[in-house]
Amino acid sequence: MRFSMLPSVFAQMFKKPWTNKFPAKYAPSNTTQFLADVGEGKAEIIPPIETPIGFRGKIKYDKEKCIGCQLCIKYCPCEAIEFKPKTKKIKIYLARCCFCSQCNDVCPTNCLTMGEEFLLADTDPYSKDLIVE
Amino acid sequence: MKQETTTKTSYHIPVGPIHPALKEPVYFEFEISGERIVDVNVKLGHVHRGVEWASRKRNPIQVLYLAERICGICSFCHPAAFTLAVETAADIQVPERAEYLRVIQGELERITSHILWAGVAAHEIGFDTVLYFTWQIREKALDLTEYLTGNRVTKGIMTIGGIRRDITPDMLPRIKKDLNFFKDNFEKLRHIFLDDKTIKMRSQGAGILTKKDALKLCAVGPTTRASGVKKDVRVDTSYFAYGDLDIDYITPDVLTGEVNGDVYDRIIQRLLEVKQSIGLIEQCIDQMPAGDIVSEPKIPKLMNQLKKVNGEGVGRHEAPRGEVIHYVKFDGHSENPYTWKVRAPTYNNILPWIPMLKGEQIADIPIVAASTDPCMSCTNRVAIVNDNKRYELTKEQLHSLSVEKTRRVLK
Repeated sequence: MRFSMLPSVFAQMFKKPWTNKFPAKYAPSNTTQFLADVGEGKAEIIPPIETPIGFRGKIKYDKEKCIGCQLCIKYCPCEAIEFKPKTKKIKIYLARCCFCSQCNDVCPTNCLTMGEEFLLADTDPYSKDLIVE
Repeated sequence: MKQETTTKTSYHIPVGPIHPALKEPVYFEFEISGERIVDVNVKLGHVHRGVEWASRKRNPIQVLYLAERICGICSFCHPAAFTLAVETAADIQVPERAEYLRVIQGELERITSHILWAGVAAHEIGFDTVLYFTWQIREKALDLTEYLTGNRVTKGIMTIGGIRRDITPDMLPRIKKDLNFFKDNFEKLRHIFLDDKTIKMRSQGAGILTKKDALKLCAVGPTTRASGVKKDVRVDTSYFAYGDLDIDYITPDVLTGEVNGDVYDRIIQRLLEVKQSIGLIEQCIDQMPAGDIVSEPKIPKLMNQLKKVNGEGVGRHEAPRGEVIHYVKFDGHSENPYTWKVRAPTYNNILPWIPMLKGEQIADIPIVAASTDPCMSCTNRVAIVNDNKRYELTKEQLHSLSVEKTRRVLK
C-alpha cells in the first residue's frame, strides 16, 4: 500500500495535459500586442474548446422580427434590456445580462436566440461588443 | 461565550469574520486551554444581502434567478424550493415528465456538491492529491450540467409549473457515458477515503455529534444522517418524482455497521449519497414518461394566474446540505411575492459545531467545520432591527454620528 500511488504517477508522465492551451501555448506578456500580431497573421490563436449544443452565449437579436411588445423587458431578471420608444425596438446591455435565456422563452416572435460567443470580457461595460441592438 | 468563564489557564482566540482560513465570513470565538477547545461561540450575519427584500420588487419568474444566486453550489435547490412553494400557493399541477427531469437535475447537483465537498475536506487535512482528483470528476459533472442546461453553475433550468429544458433521446448516450465515468471514479474515491490511513487518523473520533445532540439542535441533511437520525425530505414527503423511485434513508451503518457521528461517518455518508444519486438518475432515465415538460408554456398567462392568487405556500427540498425551506405569500393584488422567507440548511448545521468542536484540538477546527459543508452566504439574509432604535438613517445623521464618535475617541 505504501507505493500504491506509483502506477498513477508513471501513467501521468506519459499522458498529455488536459488543459487546452487557449489562446497561446505560453501566456503572452502583452495581450494587446499578441492580438495585434494575430490580426497581422504573425501569431496564431489556439482555439477554445467547442461549446456544447444549447450553450447560452451572447444573445442574437433579429430586429426585423421584433414587434416591440416589451415582454422580454418585463421578465428580464437583471433589467438588462432597454426599450427604444422611437423605433419600438430593444437594446440589450450584455454587461448586465445573466445569460438565463428567459427573454428567449418569453418572446412571442422568437426574435431572440442564444449565440455561441462567450469571450465577452471588456474594460468598458458600454462598449460596442457588449450592446446588442 | 461570556467573559467571566475565562480563567487564567484558558485564553480567547477570535477567528474571523474575514480570515485567510475561512472561505466565507463567519466569526468564531474560541476559548482555548493549551491545545484543547473549551468553549466555542459562533456569530453570523456578516454577509447580509437583502435578497428577500429584493424579491418584493420582482415577479416570480425574476425571483427564480434571484433565488439561484442565494448560493452558487445549490443553484438548483433554492429555485426548486421556491417553485414548490409557489406551486402550492397557486395550486399548479406539474406534468409528470417535468417531475422526473427535476429529480435528474437535483441529483446531478448533489453529485457535484458532494464531490466538491470531498475535495475540500481532503484539502483541509492537507491531502491535496485527492483535491485534484475530485476536481477532475467534478469537471465532468459540470460539463454534463452545461450539456443539459446550457450553463455550468447557475443553471437557470427551473420554471414555475415545469422545467425549461427537456432531455431528448439523443442526449441519453452522453449522460450514460458520464454516469459510468462517475461510477468508475467513485470506486476509486471510495477506496481513497475509506481505506487511507491518513484520512482515518484525522477523521475517526473527531468532531463527534451524538444522535441526541443532532435531534436537539435540529441538524439537517448529511450532518444529521451521519449521526444516525433518519431524516430526508426526499423520503419523508416524496415531492417531485421521488415517490416513484426506489429511495431509502442512508446512514453510515449501511457500510460500517455502526454510527459514531464523527467526521469519518460524515465522509462515508456523503460518498454513499453520491452512489445513491447516480442510481436515482439511472432510475429516472429508465422510468421517465413522455409528455409535456411545462404546464403553461405562455409565461404572461401564468403571471395572470399568479396575480389572482391570495395565499401562501411552503416548499421543502432536500438540498445537498440538507433541508431547504422556502415560504412565499401572495396578497392577490400583485404578482410579486408579498413575503418570501428562505431557510437555508447551513443555518441549522451551525449550532452543531459547538458540541462538535468542544474538546477538540485547534488543528481539527478546519476539518470539523468543513465536515458540515457550511455555506455562510446562504444563511445570512436576516437582519435584526431593534424597534427602539431608528433604523433608517439619513446621510446627515450618519455623518453627525461619525463626528460624535471621532470626538469620543479623541477624549
